[in-house]
Amino acid sequence: MSQPFSATLRIAVLFGKVGPALLSVGTLVLAWELYARLSGISPTTLPAPSRVLAQAIQQRQALFDNTVPTISATLAGFACSLAVAFILSVLIDFFNPLRRALFPVFIISQTLPLVAIAPLVVLWFGFGLTPKIMLVALVTFFPMLVALVQGYESTDRDISALLNSMGASRMRIFRLARLPSSLPYFFAGLRISITYAVVGAIFAEYAGAAKGLGIYMLNAKNNFRPDLVLAAVLVSALLTLALFAATVLIQRVVMPWERLDGARKS
Amino acid sequence: MSRRLELRQVSKRFGDIDVLAGITLHVEPGEFVSILGPSGAGKSTIFSLLTGGLEGHGGDVDFDGRPLADTRRPFAFMPQHDALMPWRTVIDNTALGLEVQGMSRKAARGKVAPLFGEFGLAGFEQKYPAQLSGGMRQRAALLRTVVQDRAMLLLDEPFGALDALTRTGMQRWLQTMWDRHRWTVLLITHDVREAVFLSDRVYVLSRRPASVLREIAIPLPRPRKDLASPEASAIEADILNTLLDPQPAERT
Ligand SMILES: Nc1ncnc2c1ncn2[C@@H]1O[C@H](COP(=O)(O)OP(=O)(O)OP(=O)(O)O)[C@@H](O)[C@H]1O
Ligand SMILES: [Mg+2]
Repeated sequence: MSQPFSATLRIAVLFGKVGPALLSVGTLVLAWELYARLSGISPTTLPAPSRVLAQAIQQRQALFDNTVPTISATLAGFACSLAVAFILSVLIDFFNPLRRALFPVFIISQTLPLVAIAPLVVLWFGFGLTPKIMLVALVTFFPMLVALVQGYESTDRDISALLNSMGASRMRIFRLARLPSSLPYFFAGLRISITYAVVGAIFAEYAGAAKGLGIYMLNAKNNFRPDLVLAAVLVSALLTLALFAATVLIQRVVMPWERLDGARKS
Repeated sequence: MSRRLELRQVSKRFGDIDVLAGITLHVEPGEFVSILGPSGAGKSTIFSLLTGGLEGHGGDVDFDGRPLADTRRPFAFMPQHDALMPWRTVIDNTALGLEVQGMSRKAARGKVAPLFGEFGLAGFEQKYPAQLSGGMRQRAALLRTVVQDRAMLLLDEPFGALDALTRTGMQRWLQTMWDRHRWTVLLITHDVREAVFLSDRVYVLSRRPASVLREIAIPLPRPRKDLASPEASAIEADILNTLLDPQPAERT
């Protein structure tokens, strides 16, 4: 097969994958743009997407300065949450009663309304990074813990029986079988949690922060600048998409066998 | 010489369901023995008891004349489904048992690599199980089993999931391999022809709760090339009758 043809083919395949998404988003933005222009609605109520984009470009320095703290809060909070979820998941896997003792507490933690909790956590821990880390961890910890524990339990019973027949210790079976078996669950949890994490960080900043996308949105709203609120929303959406894409890429690197499932003799 | 493996009146219950109702059987060193029985009879349960996956409820198991509990893992076990790890390459899957025994990954690979040709897997060392055909997966699982160098192989329906043509090919291949290596094998199957083709002796189990209905010697000369010789067909028919209409045997 000739080189240019296969290149064209690849572009076509790529477009086939992202085309529908581009089309639906494009239609939505176009409808919004038309409505904002033709209905005569005031831009201080509903700015057109073109105006939002123009403002985003004009304010790029301010937006950038406020995005950096949000990213660090998201990543720091998520890292803490991941570390604790992993350690606890291992403890639960080796000592099952722990699960019954701890899960009710975590389930209750998931029912706490963020609107009520965020200001309190800021009140207790100040405007610094700590309350943001805590809130991001609060919203992401339990989904990650559940994903990991479920992942361990998804281990093929024949594989466990095989390792057992080979004389592998419980620890060895965990490392050789249960941990790798949990990877698909782990990444599924990761993709969901990373989007919660950004929302959690913005919420925490909204409740009080020196800098960050959350506080930027609050200030813009108080100054009657919905275009700037939406510009910040655009940035947070792009940030979430980028983090989501990063998890997909990491999964591809960590689980090279996954793309082969169902494939034969490549 | 003492028997390699001997089960006497081995029983097992799950809750209040009797699964094994006093299984008595034995395997001599270098012998190929099959267990034939209906689905759900408790065949895999026998292997779970032998490999330490389950505790029995009575009966004795001796290995080389000593209670099994006093021996150190004498079996290499092939579970009913190939149990290949999707995240390991084929060579690392086949080397798994050696690694668990304490060999370094490099040394374990070095030991299995020369066997890939004999097992029809040459060139597939670095592939993942998802890239293998059904027959190749079974051969990889079998390689993982025999390379452990245990005194006895326990094979649970190794070809059960294959299509008829591949299965026949694999049975011939296993027979050739067995002629060459003379492993001591206990094989579970529900394929009568497979049992007759491969075994020195066959135990026929009843439905659950399982007990041994019959013990049948297969005195056919080896190597067995012909799957459908008149002698083999007669034994097959005899076994099928026992499986399909077990009453006469039970009455005796
Ligand atoms: N861990 C378990 N707990 C409860 N019941 C079990 C367990 N393992 C097996 N059983 C039951 O014991 C019976 C025998 O199971 P086993 O897997 O030994 O059958 P089998 O003869 O290998 O069947 P097949 O030919 O279909 O593989 C079945 O009825 C099964 O439901
Ligand atoms: Mg079975």
